[in-house]
Amino acid sequence: MLADNDRIFTNLYGQHDWRLAGARSRGDWDGTKDLILKGRDWIVNEVKASGLRGRGGAGFPTGLKWSFMPKTSDKPRYLVVNADESEPGTCKDRDILRFDPHKLVEGCLLAGVGMNATACYIYVRGEFYNEGLHLQTAVEEAYEAGLIGKNACDSGFDYDIYVHRGAGAYICGEEMALLESLEGRKGQPRLKPPFPAGVGLYGCPTTVNNVESIAVTPTIMRRGAPWFAGIGRPKNEGTKVFCISGHVEKPCNVEEAMGIPLKELIEKHAGGVRGGWDNLLAIIPGGASVPVLPKEICDTVLMDFDALREVKSGLGTAAVIVMDKSTDIIKAIARLSQFYKHESCGQCTPCREGTGWLWRVMERMVKGNASVAEIDMLLEVSCEIEGHTICALGDAAAWPVQGLIRHFRPEMERRIAAYRQQAVQAAE
Amino acid sequence: MSEAPSGAPFEQPASFAFTPENRAKADAYIAKYPAGRQASAVLSLLYLAQDQHDNWIPRAAMDHVAEILSMPPIRVYEVASFYTMFNLRPVGQYFLQVCTTTPCWLRGSDAVMDACKKKLGVGVGGTTADKKFTLLEVECLGACVNAPVIQVNNADFYEDLDGASTEKLIDALARGEKPPKGSVIGRQNAAPIGGPKTLTELK
Repeated sequence: MLADNDRIFTNLYGQHDWRLAGARSRGDWDGTKDLILKGRDWIVNEVKASGLRGRGGAGFPTGLKWSFMPKTSDKPRYLVVNADESEPGTCKDRDILRFDPHKLVEGCLLAGVGMNATACYIYVRGEFYNEGLHLQTAVEEAYEAGLIGKNACDSGFDYDIYVHRGAGAYICGEEMALLESLEGRKGQPRLKPPFPAGVGLYGCPTTVNNVESIAVTPTIMRRGAPWFAGIGRPKNEGTKVFCISGHVEKPCNVEEAMGIPLKELIEKHAGGVRGGWDNLLAIIPGGASVPVLPKEICDTVLMDFDALREVKSGLGTAAVIVMDKSTDIIKAIARLSQFYKHESCGQCTPCREGTGWLWRVMERMVKGNASVAEIDMLLEVSCEIEGHTICALGDAAAWPVQGLIRHFRPEMERRIAAYRQQAVQAAE
Repeated sequence: MSEAPSGAPFEQPASFAFTPENRAKADAYIAKYPAGRQASAVLSLLYLAQDQHDNWIPRAAMDHVAEILSMPPIRVYEVASFYTMFNLRPVGQYFLQVCTTTPCWLRGSDAVMDACKKKLGVGVGGTTADKKFTLLEVECLGACVNAPVIQVNNADFYEDLDGASTEKLIDALARGEKPPKGSVIGRQNAAPIGGPKTLTELK
C-alpha cells in the first residue's frame, strides 16, 4: 500500500483547513519562487522525467504536451484547466477543487511558467457550484498574498488565473468543445488540426490539462521527478486518485500507486465487493467510456494505462464502477447508452443518430425483445460510429456496448431466448 | 441536448433588466476576459439572469444579455438551450435533480426517484401544484462514490440517499428548512463509511 507520506492529496477527505493557511501548513506554496526561477526548461524536463501522463483519461505525457507550446509568440498564451469532470463514476477532481484548491492554483502557476503562458482559465462544471466557490476563494487568497498576478511570488513573472463556470454539458470535457464553450458558444468540438498548442483559445496557443494532472506537479517539482517516477511501473508512473463506486461495502476516493492490482484496491480501500469477491460480476475500471471487464480479468488485472489496454479496456479517469452478481449487466450498459445519447452535441451524424440508435436497441436487449443477429448488427453499427466523428464521444458511446458484447454475449442470447419462450407460452 | 421540463403554457415577461447589483456583477464577469471577448461571459450572465428571475430565464433576459455582450440574440438563445442547467420555463422553488446514471442506479437511484414521485405526486419534468417543487432526472453529477445523489437548485448536493432519507429531505425543504448539504448518513465526504483508512498518519 502507498505510504501516507507518499500521498500528494493530503486533504482528500476534507479533514483539514482547505484555505491558504491550511494549505501552507501541508507544504503548498513552499519555495514556489525558487521553482519558478529554475525556469521553463527545468520545469518541463522535470515533469517529463516524472513520467506523468494526463489524468483526464487519454494518458498523454504531460511534460511533452507542455513542450508543444511555442517558444516565442507575440500572442497571449493560455493554460486552460479542464475541471468539467462529468465522466460517470468519476469524482476525484471534485475533491481537489473543494479540499486542495491551492495545489491546483500553485500548479496552474508553475505549469504556466513551464509553457510560458500569460494567463490561465479553469473551467469548472456548472454543477460544482460549491466546489467552484472554494476554488474562487483560493484564487482570491493567492492574489492577496501576491502568489499570483503581477510579479507572482516575487519572481518577476506576471500571471493571472480566472475561474470559469460551465453550465451542464458532458461534451465540454472534450478539450475543443471546452474552448468553444469558454469562448461563449455551444460546446461543439472543433476539428483538429489545428491543435490547441497552435490555435486554441481565442486563436492563441493553448494547452488544456486535467485538474489532477496540474495539481500533482508542484509536489513533483518539490520532491523531484525520481520520487514520482519511482512509484508504479515503467511508463505508468506515479500516484493516482481512484474513485470506487457501485457494489462495494464502502465506496470511496483514495490515492494509490499506479499499477495497484484492482482486487487489492477494492479489498483494501473499499471494504471489498458486496457479498465477497466471488459475488463479483463485472467492473468498469476507468469511467463509463471504457469497456467493462468480467470477473476473471478483474481477478488479476493491474490498474494502469498499459495493463488495462492489454485487456482491451482502459484506465480512463480511474473511476472503478463495481457490479455484483445481482446486477442486470445489460441494463447497466443500456443506461450508459442513454447517457451518451443525452450528451451527444449533435454535430456529427454518426454520433447524433448512432447514440440514439444504440440506446433504443440496447433497451430492447434489456428485455430480450430482439434477434440474435441484432447483436452482430449492434456490434457492427458501434464500429461504424467509432472513429467516424470529430471528437471521441462517439468512441466513448461505442466502447461500453462493444465491451458488453465481448464479455456478456451469452447473457444477451439467454435474455433473447427467454423473451421468445415467454412470447410462445403467452400465445399458447 | 437540453430537455426542458414540459408542462403548462406559461407567460413570458415583456421586459427584463439586471438589478444595479447584478449589473455590477455582470461587468466584473466580463472583465475576466480579454477586450472584445466579452461573449465568454455569456454563461455567467445567464446564471445571473436565472438567479434574479425565480430560477428560470425568460426570453427578454436572453435579449438583455445579448445586448450587454453585443451578441446576436440567436447566439444567446442557442447557448441557453444547449446547456442543461438553464431553465427556459418556470420551475418550482426547489428544483430537485435526481441523478440516475449507472453509478447512482447501482446504488439505488430508482428508490430515490420513486420516493420523489410518490412524495411530490408528479412525474419527471413535473412541477407540484403549489409551485414548490420541480422534479428532474439528470445525468452524472460527479459525486459517484456518494451515490445516489440529488442536487437542489443548481447548488447543494445531498448524498448517500435512499428512499426514506429522500422523503425526509423533501419534508425538510417543504417546511422551509435548509438541511446541511453532503452525506445524509454523516459520512466524511468521499472517505469510506466509518472514516478514512488512509491519511491517518498525517496531522
